[in-house]
Amino acid sequence: MPRFRHLISIDDLTREDIEYILEKAEKFEDVARKGYSDALKGKLLGNLFFEPSTRTRMSFETAMKRLGGDVVNLNTAEVSSIAKGETLADTVRVVSEYVDAIVIRHPREGSARLASEFSSVPVINGGDGAGQHPTQTLLDLYTIKKESNLGNLKIALVGDLKYSRTVHSLIRALRLFDATIYLVSPESLKLPGDFVDELGEVIETDQISEVIDEVNVIYVTRIQKERFPDPEEYAKVSGSYRISADTLQNAPDDLIVMHPLPRVDEIATDVDLTPHAVYFRQAFYGIPVRMAILSEVMGYE
Amino acid sequence: MSEGLLIQKIKDGTVIDHIPPGKALFVLKILGIDEKTDVIVSFAMNVPSRKMGRKDIVKVESDVGEEELNKIALIGGNVTINIIKDYRVVQKFRVNLPEEIVGVVRCPNQSCISNSNEPVEYRFRVSKKGIRCHYCGRTLGDEVEKWII
Ligand SMILES: [Zn+2]
Repeated sequence: MPRFRHLISIDDLTREDIEYILEKAEKFEDVARKGYSDALKGKLLGNLFFEPSTRTRMSFETAMKRLGGDVVNLNTAEVSSIAKGETLADTVRVVSEYVDAIVIRHPREGSARLASEFSSVPVINGGDGAGQHPTQTLLDLYTIKKESNLGNLKIALVGDLKYSRTVHSLIRALRLFDATIYLVSPESLKLPGDFVDELGEVIETDQISEVIDEVNVIYVTRIQKERFPDPEEYAKVSGSYRISADTLQNAPDDLIVMHPLPRVDEIATDVDLTPHAVYFRQAFYGIPVRMAILSEVMGYE
Repeated sequence: MSEGLLIQKIKDGTVIDHIPPGKALFVLKILGIDEKTDVIVSFAMNVPSRKMGRKDIVKVESDVGEEELNKIALIGGNVTINIIKDYRVVQKFRVNLPEEIVGVVRCPNQSCISNSNEPVEYRFRVSKKGIRCHYCGRTLGDEVEKWII
């Protein structure tokens, strides 16, 4: 029996569930690195993307195909014509009769939960608006496990902590692992108050330099231009949260820098060549993690 | 002035008492009592109360059902229910918020899937800080009354 039928929100998982998935991902890593398995041979995954996200879609598709399965995509142009008249509930009812599992990405929060209530097959949330994106969180945790240490973790979250769904989900999961969390953001993009309350003890600062020799992981997110009515203010703020090789000059060797990608310029390219840069491997880790999830919901041990 | 003078005693039905002052209208809304109702309903607002200073009271001359009544707990306070049979109180209890509240409160999050044309009802679960949307996870605290359907 799978540990879970659907994967909708990271909040639905216990620490044991997460550890189980991360261990399972580890076993798939060789296959993920240009190998092949027939674990999901004959299974068909339906990618139901109601908004474009090429990278998430490709990552699921790669994971499925390396496990011997196949994928059918409903592309966004077709979807938007469907979406005009048909409810999501109906679309899901129909598509779930074609495939063995569904990945859904949709601009409305809660859409994946709703889809799971109308689907006859497992549903995996590939991002629902400002809501949840649990496979991203799981691959972030996997990266930390592989490249640093999930137990005893000290992590700095940098950038847009107010709106970033990635950050919010990661924080929730990190609480299960008793991580020490440092919040580094401009005043206007601070983590919402009720989140901070939930966390209990956190260290808040607006200076990266203050945390660099305290933490094992720096997790950088993009500060979006649209959040700032004044372009000059944006330039000033985003500039002071940029990480460069210079910023990391005195950092301990085992400090890692993560980013959900794509980046704009919040991490300078001169960081790429330092041992601190793990963000490209982080993107790769999405494959074994999604393999673990796909095989779990489709009943492969 | 006692409440007895304001509203007559009822023979059979439900008396909803100790409603926080000013909130009787929300109680009617939660119970779905509107201009189409054909049962006899009387209510009083801002009645002097020994315990509360002031309170509201609603009397419905029909059988409302415990599940319906428990939804009143959404407005807070310590609302009590008296079930009346033949002018006598046959049952008395305090309302107790059910674990799941379905179809009573609208989700304030405009981009929540429950605010689109999907064939689902608004669904909330009780959480530490209030009630939480089953779909998008938005938590509603003190402002809950604003969103009663
Ligand atoms: Zn909602």
